Amino acid sequence: MEYKDEKLVEEKVFKDPVHRYIHVRDKVIWDVIGTSEFQRLRRIKQLGTTYLVFHGAEHSRFHHSLGVYEIVRRIIDDGFSGRPEWNNEERLVTMCAALLHDLGHGPFSHAFEKVFDLDHEQFTQAILLGDTEVNAVLRRVAPDFPQKVADIIGKTYPDKLVVSLISSQIDADRMDYLQRDAYFTGVSYGHFDMERILRVMRPTEEQAVIKYSGMHAVEDYIMSRYQMYWQVYFHPVSRSAEVILTKILHRAKQLHASGYIFKQEPVHFHSFFDKTFVLEDYIALDENILMTYFQVWMKEEDAILSDLCYRFINRRLFQYAEFDPATEYRKIGELEQLFKEAGIDPAYYLVTDSSSDLPYDFYGPGEENERLPIYLQMKNGDLSELSRSSDVVDAISGKRRTDHKIYFPEDVLEAGKAKNPLYGRILHMLKG
Amino acid sequence: MLQEHARIVQFISMANEVTGRKKLQKMIYIAKKMNFPFVEKYELHMYGPYSEELTLRIEELREMGFLAEQCTDKGSYVQYSYQVTDAGAGFLEMADDAHAMLGTCIDSMNVKSSRFLELVSTLLYFDHLDKDEQIAKVLIVKNKLNFTAEEMTAAFDFISEVQTYAVQ
Repeated sequence: MEYKDEKLVEEKVFKDPVHRYIHVRDKVIWDVIGTSEFQRLRRIKQLGTTYLVFHGAEHSRFHHSLGVYEIVRRIIDDGFSGRPEWNNEERLVTMCAALLHDLGHGPFSHAFEKVFDLDHEQFTQAILLGDTEVNAVLRRVAPDFPQKVADIIGKTYPDKLVVSLISSQIDADRMDYLQRDAYFTGVSYGHFDMERILRVMRPTEEQAVIKYSGMHAVEDYIMSRYQMYWQVYFHPVSRSAEVILTKILHRAKQLHASGYIFKQEPVHFHSFFDKTFVLEDYIALDENILMTYFQVWMKEEDAILSDLCYRFINRRLFQYAEFDPATEYRKIGELEQLFKEAGIDPAYYLVTDSSSDLPYDFYGPGEENERLPIYLQMKNGDLSELSRSSDVVDAISGKRRTDHKIYFPEDVLEAGKAKNPLYGRILHMLKG
Repeated sequence: MLQEHARIVQFISMANEVTGRKKLQKMIYIAKKMNFPFVEKYELHMYGPYSEELTLRIEELREMGFLAEQCTDKGSYVQYSYQVTDAGAGFLEMADDAHAMLGTCIDSMNVKSSRFLELVSTLLYFDHLDKDEQIAKVLIVKNKLNFTAEEMTAAFDFISEVQTYAVQ
C-alpha cells in the first residue's frame, strides 16, 4: 500500500474541549503531528498577550491547528465525499494544509513580525519546502506533495474549492479559532452552530457555499466574528501588553545596535537584530525562550529594558486614554516634548495605537472584487451573496469601526507628580 | 507616531487623486516593493495582494476628515476615489519628507489601469520565482482574467521601469 493511503491500525483520538475528539486515521497526518516543527506550535500561544486579560487564554497554535484539521476532515468525509463537485484525490493534501496552515507563526507573532519585519506566511512556506522533518514526511507521499500543501496555504493552488476550505470568509480556520478563543477566554460571544454550517456547506467549482436554509447559522457566525473582535481581539488592555512587548523588542534591538553589553547575551536574537537569520534560527525560537529573556532582562543595567520587562512579566501595563487624531494630532508633538523634558523617553513610554495596527477581517461583500464573499446556494441552484439575503449581515457588512488610543505609564506619572510638576502637566493633558 | 497614517495621506496628495480602492491597494503595494517606507502587511487574496491594514487605515483617515472618499455607482460595483482634504493637507506636517523618486513612481502608476496594476502587483508578489514560474502562478491565481502575452510583456517592462525609481 502506498504511504498516502496507509491507515493506522487503530484510529487515534485527541481529546479536545471544542470538538470533543479529533480523529486521526491517516498515517501521514499522524506522522506530521509528530514532527518537531509541528510540536513547536505547542509553545506558541494562539492569542499572544491576551492571557494577561483573559487568564484562560493560554491555548496554543497546536490546539488550533488540530482543530482546523478536524473541521476540514469532517467537511470532506462527512459532507463533500461522494459529491460530483468534490475530487477526493484532494482529500489528503487538503487535510495536510489545514493541519499546517499556521506552521510558520513565531513567538508572539504580531509584535515579533512588526519589529523584525517578518512574515509568518513566508516561514510557513520555508518550513514546508526546506530541509525539515515536516518536509521529509510530506515528500514520502510524493516529491511534489510539499509544494502542493504550500500552494494551498499560499492560495496559489489550482483547485480553488480546496483553497476556500482553508482561506475564505467562512473557512475552517475561522470556525475553529472563534469557538476555541471563546472557550478559552471564557466569554459568551463567539459561539455559533458549526454543526449546522457543516451540514449545509456545499462544494462548487470555485468555493464552498452555504445552502440557503443555513443562512441563519451563518448570520450567527458573522455576528460572532464581529463581537469577538471588539470584546477579545482588540481589548485595550491586551493592546497595552502588546505595546510593551513591542517596545521590549525594539529596545533590545536598539541596545544591540548601539554596542550595549548585555549581562545575558541574547544569542537567540543576534541573527534577527543583524538580519542574517536562517530558517533554523527562526524554528529555534518560541515563547518560552522569549519569556526567559524577559525574566533575565529585568536585571539588566539598562533602565528602560529592565522596566519594560518588569512591566510585562508582572503585568504592570500602561494606562490608556482615548485619542482623536483628527483634532489632537498636534498634541502628540507637545506631549513628546514634555516627556523629554520630564526625563521619560517618549519613544518607549508614549505610544499611539490605532485599530488599523491590528486589523481584523470584517465580513465584506466583495468590494471591487477584492475579497470573495460568502455565497448562499438558492433553491434553483443560483448563488446569492450573503448580505443581499440577510438583513442582519447587511447591517454590519463592510462597516469598520475605528478606534485610537494613547498608552502611557500612569503609575510613574502619578507617583512622581508631587515632586515633578511636569508629570502632573502630562497627566492633565492625557486625562483631562 | 501616526507616521504610517501620514505617509498614506502624503501618497494620495502626491497622486492628487486615486480612483479605485483596488488601484490604491496595488499602487501602495508596488511602492512598498520598491522599498518606499510603507509598513502595511499584504496577503495574497483571491484577486492579488491585498492589505486589510491599509483598508482600515484609509477608513480611519476618512473618518478623521483627512481623506475625502467619493463613490460612483458602476452598475455591478461601486467605485471609490480618494483625495486629500484641507484638514489632511494640514496633517501632512506629521509626515517625513517623501523620497525624491516617490512622486515619479506614483505618476507612472496612476496613469495605468486597475487591471494592469493588478497584474503587475501579482507578478511582484511572486518575484522570488523565475519569470516563467511567476507567469504560471499569475495564470493560476487569475485564471479568469485571461491576461494576454502582450499584457505580460508590458507588465514586466513596467516593473523594470519602476525598479529604476526604487529606494536602494
